[in-house]
Amino acid sequence: MPNSETMAGTSAAHSEAMIGLYDVHKSFGPLEVLKGISFEVPRGGVVALIGPSGSGKSTILRCVNLLETPNAGTIKVGAQTLAFSKRHRLPGDRRLADFRARTGMVFQSFNLFPHKSVIENVMAGPLIVKRMARDEARAIAERLLARVGLAEKAEAAPARLSGGQRQRVAIARAMAMEPDVMLFDEPTSALDPELVAEVLAVIRGLADDNMTMLLATHEMAFARDVADRVVFMRDGVVVEDGPARQVIETPQHPATQAFLAHFHRR
Amino acid sequence: MSGVSYHWDFSFLWGYRTVLLTGLAYTMAYTVGTILLGLVIGLVAGLMRMSRNPFIRGPAFAYIEIFRCTPLLVQIVWFYYAFPILIGIEMSATTAAVLVLSLYTGSFYAEIFRGGILSLELGQWDAARAVGMRQGQLMRHIILPQAVRRMMPPFINQSVIQLKNTSLVSTIAVTDLLYQGMLITAATYRPLEVYTLIAAIYFVVLFPLTALGQYVENRLRYAE
Repeated sequence: MPNSETMAGTSAAHSEAMIGLYDVHKSFGPLEVLKGISFEVPRGGVVALIGPSGSGKSTILRCVNLLETPNAGTIKVGAQTLAFSKRHRLPGDRRLADFRARTGMVFQSFNLFPHKSVIENVMAGPLIVKRMARDEARAIAERLLARVGLAEKAEAAPARLSGGQRQRVAIARAMAMEPDVMLFDEPTSALDPELVAEVLAVIRGLADDNMTMLLATHEMAFARDVADRVVFMRDGVVVEDGPARQVIETPQHPATQAFLAHFHRR
Repeated sequence: MSGVSYHWDFSFLWGYRTVLLTGLAYTMAYTVGTILLGLVIGLVAGLMRMSRNPFIRGPAFAYIEIFRCTPLLVQIVWFYYAFPILIGIEMSATTAAVLVLSLYTGSFYAEIFRGGILSLELGQWDAARAVGMRQGQLMRHIILPQAVRRMMPPFINQSVIQLKNTSLVSTIAVTDLLYQGMLITAATYRPLEVYTLIAAIYFVVLFPLTALGQYVENRLRYAE
């Protein structure tokens, strides 16, 4: 009964959670990728999702900001809650956009806008979505670029940056919308090893500022040190969910032990 | 051996310079006008064809394939003679010509737009949606600006073809460059000189355009 403990500690009223997933199901054609996922991230909390490739980590993140539409279940971000079932229609374009605007997302492959300069990438959300004045958006973008250590790259084209620099721009771009929560989909998996640390340092800085975060990662040491809780997934179900240090260092479930043994051996 | 002994004489054409320039002006006006109209039609039809809704996608698909898969000359004749009878209205040669040329090139532009948009990585859609852009915003600010750059070479190519295609409207007595040439031929009985000059005029107008297309293509290749 791997699912039984996952609801432990979550309140039925969904009140304090900044991110909540409640019995979320998602299928792609005949393939069920998420088989009833439930967990919460409290305000200011950091939860790391770990598990083998194809276990459903990315799909969870994409469901939280509705890049994928769950087939069933409830998604909550901040004050917004959306329920999905066969009878519920997909929310309209405007509702979806509003929902996502409160949810920052950072992708494995950065996905910067190549036709815009670094600072224009960061300004895109405030300018286009919030219709902010240019000066104001620029001030926000300059502050965020300084924070991720890229103030001097403001006018550069994304193609001229290293992977680590691109990912830091992507983080600044998501933060520019002043989101309620931040989602990270394996943010360092596409990076050369020597570039991983600079990106993790930025994410750690956000955690220190009490940003609510949900992070899919293969960086076990980082998950242990920065996350409050670690959720281990396999085959579309939550196998183990507990305090970060406990799950990483003394996993209870055999599947978690087997998965982590692979990392400890390295 | 009469072809060899033919005495070429282009000098009389100078007297027809205004007639030819008028024809060239018509050709250019039809080209530019129908390219602009075709771009609007092509953008709308191209986006419609990518819709998930079959009632939006279906008509766009039908329009694009009907116009791509029938000869332009047949379309011109059909729209000038058959279409007005079908819907019971008068249609001038000008209207029919503009309508058909725009719809015809629009069907090709639609596929160029679609190809340019589909060539972008899906991550661009994800990233734009993730910051909260609505469908129209992400198309206008993120997708189309990138797609248009990739579309430039096929767009220039199709526009070169479009300029040449305008010559077909001479069949319904629109006074384009070729039609003026036919008039001069009828008056002078010197088709060899007339059509040689007409071909030369088309070439002089189009060669810089194809050179521009090559230049843009090379520049884009370096930019990527």
